[in-house]
This record gives sequence, structure tokens and C-alpha cells, in this order.
Amino acid sequence: MTHLFGLLAQVSGDVGAIGKGLVYGLAAIGPGIGIGFLVGKSVEAMARQPEAAGMVRTTMFLGIAFVEALALFGFVLSFII
Amino acid sequence: MLAVVLTSLSKPPEGFKAPGIEIFDFTKTCLIGDGSLCVTKVTFWMLMSSVIISALFLIAFRNPQIVPKGLQNAIESIVEFIRSGIVMEVMGREGLPFLPFLTSLFVFIWINNLFGIIPGINFPTTARMAIPMFLAILVWFVFNIVGIVKQGGLHYLKNTLFQPGVPPALYLLVTPIEFVTVFIVRPLTLAVRLSANMIAGHLMLTIFFVGTWYLQWKLISIPMAAVSFALGTFITAFEVLVGVLQAYIFTILTAVYIAGAIHPEH
Repeated sequence: MTHLFGLLAQVSGDVGAIGKGLVYGLAAIGPGIGIGFLVGKSVEAMARQPEAAGMVRTTMFLGIAFVEALALFGFVLSFII
Repeated sequence: MLAVVLTSLSKPPEGFKAPGIEIFDFTKTCLIGDGSLCVTKVTFWMLMSSVIISALFLIAFRNPQIVPKGLQNAIESIVEFIRSGIVMEVMGREGLPFLPFLTSLFVFIWINNLFGIIPGINFPTTARMAIPMFLAILVWFVFNIVGIVKQGGLHYLKNTLFQPGVPPALYLLVTPIEFVTVFIVRPLTLAVRLSANMIAGHLMLTIFFVGTWYLQWKLISIPMAAVSFALGTFITAFEVLVGVLQAYIFTILTAVYIAGAIHPEH
């Protein structure tokens, strides 16, 4: 453990790059899971009721747009910090 | 200028420097004027896009036929897509007056996104935050003014901030959240979603093609250059899809916001 802390103390030069990577990576976890659920459920709904496919697709894109915004905030923040 | 670029491109590089956010800054190569307020390549192509769109629509509907052919057919199918796929689906018949606005929004964003993959332009003008932000502010004004006109100022505020069916004590929590969501997060996410998608796409394209160029100088790394080139080509095709999808999402979200302003949620 102390060894790890020693290593971490030595990592001082490129902490910014690691932070940027972490910001984007962490921001992408939740929306990734969310979009997975969303599209999966939509495909299920479309397969069960093909006549409602148009409505489901529109709503799916709306949902994706809202969920995806979080990941994109992370992407933009990784440039800003 | 071009000669300098060509000679620098024809020499093997010293070391790989990944392209970063500086590839979005065109103020070093202004077309007219100088400084941060000059006319750059981005401004020029944004203005050109409106010229292109106006020309396309005017030519298509200069002599409209009952049975459309050629360009009129193509443009009519775009308008029909907005009409049946967005307006009728989201807003219903009351939304039809907004069809021209939504169509212009869709086509403008679509053409500007496509600039990212058109050879010779190679820059999606919507990747500059100013353009999506302006469009988002425009949408903000449109849906708020529609709400005020259709419902009356106080009713609109009351219906947006104090949603019916919530226990009165919860309004302490719900009203600030609604206020931030409707009046701040909506335009912010609209603008950030469009520009961040385009920034990401353009960065990926640049990284893969700069990588191809960097790797093709040594025989041993030519297979890697081929992989990089193939991925870059794949992302170019992907960008066609992303350009349409982002224009569609921007338009449909605008339609949802305007529909919410026309009809209070019950």
C-alpha cells in the first residue's frame, strides 16, 4: 500500500491528462448502460408490436438524446478542465 | 501558404503530435480581416450553406409540378419527412404552422454537419459552439414566445413551474428543478449535444487520417497505416449517419418543446 502511495506521489507530471481521461471515462459509464437498456427495451417493444414501430422509434431517439447529453457533458468537460 | 503546407507534408515527421482542440481554431487563417472577429473558413461556409439551401429550394419549387420529378421530388420528400415524421407525430395538426421553421432548422443543421465529410471543406461548421448555441437560443425564444402567446404569460409560467398533480409541499423541490430544466438545461443540452457530437466526429477523423499519414513513412508501419485508413473511412461513413441523426434529434426536440408550450401538461 505504501508502495502504491509512493508511486502515486511520483505521478505528478501528467496528472491533467489522466484526469481528462477519467472525466470522460466515468461520464460515459452511466449513459452507456442507459442507452443499452433503452435501445434493448425499444427493440423488444418493436418486435412485439411492429405496427407501433414508428412511435417507439421516435420516443427512443428522444430518450437517447436526453441520456446521451450526460456523456457529452463529460466529453466537453474533459476539454475544459 | 499552400506551398508551405505541401512541403511540410512531404517530409517525414519528427514525432507524432496528436491533433487536439487547436484544429477548431481558424483565426490564424482569416479570410477577411484579422483578430478573433474575422471572417474565417467556418463563417464563410456557414453563409454558403444558407445560399446553397436557398438555391436548392428555389430551384426545386420554381415551377412546381403535380407529379414531382428530380430535385422537386427530393426536396418534397425531406419536407414530407419533417411533416409526417416530426410535426404530425409530436405536435399534431396545431404544429403545422411550425413546419417551415422546423424544415429550415433541419436542413440547415444537416448541410452544416455534412460539410465535415465533403472533400475540400472538411470541417463541420456546427462543431463551432457559436452556431449551435445561436440555434438553441433561437429555439428558446420560439418556444417561450409560443407558450406566452398561446397560454398567456402567467398561465404559461404556472403550468411550466407548478405541474398539476404534485403534493403542495413538494413544490418547494419540484419548482426549482423544473425552472432549471426548462429554462437553462434545455437550450444548453440542445447546443452541447450538437456541437459535442460534431467535435468528437471531426477529432476522430483528424486523428485517424493524421495517423495514416504519420505511419506510412516507414515500411514496417504501413500495415498499421492501412488499418488507420480503413477506420478513418469507416468513421467518414459513420459521420453521414451522425449528421442526419443529430439534425433529426435537434428538430424533434424543438418540436417537443414547442408542443409542450402549446399544450400544458395535464
